[in-house]
Amino acid sequence: MINISNAKLADGSVVDVEIDNDLISKVTKSSGTVSNGSIDATGQILLPGLVDLHTHLREPGREDAETVLTGSYAAAAGGYTAISSMANTYPVADTAGVVEQIYRLGKDAGLCDVNPIGAVTKGLSGEQLAELGAMADSIARVRIFSDDGKCVSDPLIMRRALEYVKTFNGIIAQHAQEPRLTINAQMNEGSVSSRIGLPGWPAIAEESIIARDILLAEHVQSRLHICHLTTAGGVELVRWAKKRGINVTAEVTPHHLLLTDELVENYDPIYKVNPPLRTEKDVMALREGLAEGVIDIVATDHAPHPEEDKDCEWQAAAFGMVGLETSLSVVIKTMIESKMLDWSQLVDRMSIRPAQIAGYKTQGQSIQAGSVANLLLLDPSASWQVDRSKLKSKSRNTPFHGMTLPGVISHVIYNGKQTVIAGRVLNMDGDKNG
Amino acid sequence: MITGHLLSAADLSKDEALNLLATAKELAAITDGPNKKLPTLRGKTVVNLFFEDSTRTRISFETAAKRLSADVINFSAKGSSVSKGESLKDTAQTLQAMGADAVVIRHGSSGAAKRLADTQWIQAAVINAGDGTHEHPTQALLDAFTIKQHLRAKESDLSGVKVLIVGDILHSRVARSNILLLSKLGAEIVLVAPPTLLPVGIDKWPVKISYDLDSEIGECDVVMMLRIQLERMADSFFPTEREYSRRYGLNSARLAKLKKNSIVMHPGPMNRGLEISADSADDLKSVIVDQVKNGVAVRMAILYELLGGAPIGDSK
Repeated sequence: MINISNAKLADGSVVDVEIDNDLISKVTKSSGTVSNGSIDATGQILLPGLVDLHTHLREPGREDAETVLTGSYAAAAGGYTAISSMANTYPVADTAGVVEQIYRLGKDAGLCDVNPIGAVTKGLSGEQLAELGAMADSIARVRIFSDDGKCVSDPLIMRRALEYVKTFNGIIAQHAQEPRLTINAQMNEGSVSSRIGLPGWPAIAEESIIARDILLAEHVQSRLHICHLTTAGGVELVRWAKKRGINVTAEVTPHHLLLTDELVENYDPIYKVNPPLRTEKDVMALREGLAEGVIDIVATDHAPHPEEDKDCEWQAAAFGMVGLETSLSVVIKTMIESKMLDWSQLVDRMSIRPAQIAGYKTQGQSIQAGSVANLLLLDPSASWQVDRSKLKSKSRNTPFHGMTLPGVISHVIYNGKQTVIAGRVLNMDGDKNG
Repeated sequence: MITGHLLSAADLSKDEALNLLATAKELAAITDGPNKKLPTLRGKTVVNLFFEDSTRTRISFETAAKRLSADVINFSAKGSSVSKGESLKDTAQTLQAMGADAVVIRHGSSGAAKRLADTQWIQAAVINAGDGTHEHPTQALLDAFTIKQHLRAKESDLSGVKVLIVGDILHSRVARSNILLLSKLGAEIVLVAPPTLLPVGIDKWPVKISYDLDSEIGECDVVMMLRIQLERMADSFFPTEREYSRRYGLNSARLAKLKKNSIVMHPGPMNRGLEISADSADDLKSVIVDQVKNGVAVRMAILYELLGGAPIGDSK
């Protein structure tokens, strides 16, 4: 039994919450007193646990960068009670065997739901469909399929994938990147790339695929999800598609809500990411798209890399940034502080909507009696300085190092069990938990 | 007097650039004499760290360093530990351990010189001898020196000089550095190229753009032809080398349209018969050999200022 006293909910009401086993058993108007043994949430906000639909965990294959366990530590620290591991592991998560392995590792870690995403094509080759049905029928019950890291660029393969997953209400999450327009591309194509001489990655390389796939999804009446939207033009396309009633959803990453390509100026590979950081105008369009609901959700694209893959020259470096532990704070900074979202809308974009899209039934539930107790408690008035050496992730490649961000998570409850207690992640070794 | 590193032409103020050119002029006068060698950098170690083949730039730096009595180590990636997978970081730390005072780096990645200077991998002064498709600031300095020598010997800067830069602007580090430096020194710059070889966002640069060499050639004081890489053709930047040559090459007909005192430049190595015809390269208007010669003096001045004592002469 866990009791939480004096917690403010997203709608502004102040409540006491009682948790019995894995369920919320009682939510009552706050008595104003903090009973013995209960969590004092005075001044804090209680939200449903966050749900991420785009997480790279690197296991199996690159356990030096992240494992399911260390990724789960990072997820818990960031307020996530469910994450979705992308398929680009070694071996690729393109069979029932691999997705079941990841699913089991997630269960063993026990800090959040780890839901594997299956590859669309065998080996992410873009050529032949993976056994989508076998992954859907496995104990991992995969519903999201993605070749993320690579684009399903062949329109015929994309069409077939969209059609095929209809049998089990699956969804194809597309990494929209036209490969021929991005050969050797290193950063956003624009005035900065021209000045500093890095091969450019034009916005249209992303937008042309989004446009094509929206039309394909309409034609075959299936569900399309656009991963990490980064351009103003992409927001326009999704807005158009939704108006037309096409079944498309879209995500934006925290880093694309805050950072721009100007940061690449010094060639520090910490800012190297796929898709690339874009311009101020794109950032503003993404924030508006998220506020409006054209962009449905925030997804982290948490992409851990070992030190040597970032401590090098730009072109030799790997693409990607870790994001689970900074995600909520960055969204508060960009969307709550600017008053573009209120807390209920933030909960929608980071918990309710992602759970709906993925069909995670025990996640994103409202805070009321009978709901599964997946919760986070946050001090919205406190702030913290990001320190790369203190990340719970195994990797350190955060672009936010040194930045002071709003919102400090104090407690996280996953299926009725405390996974973060007073800022400390359950079961972590002493030195990593500092 | 410049200090620290030389990574980009943008690092130099107008005064610093002009002072450097003045120092180069004095050094050139000395090394034109019977004894070409100065003792100034005795005991200093200069490493030529070349990850790309570039015989002429490496030889130029080597000559410059030797004329100043520095010890020179040539490190080229081929056949070295780099080809065995050693990272730039480890190479830099090795050179640091060997006591390099200056590292002259040529690298295929844009920003490699800047990374070397910004990280703690090495403490030496870093001189960018060409990084990817970014910059080649010492080439721009020697080009400025050559233009001044021929067209503005008595004036304080390059005001009023009209420079045509022709060819693959998109991939050219020479063009980027020259645009920054020459415009800072007062020159007016016109870029001539097919649209495929011009970068996006170039409308914000301090230059005029033209797709038509013939309409510009009669108006300029300097025509700088850039080397065209033949692999660009495979990537469809232009249809064939003959078509490129017809539309953007400097040939005798275009040479004849140049003003009387105009000069022809090329950073080398040339593709004779492609971007420049043999008679244009060898014409009296061509100062291409002067560029090579001036390169040594300019690089001496850079090493001297970054590693050495007080500036020569009274330029500051």
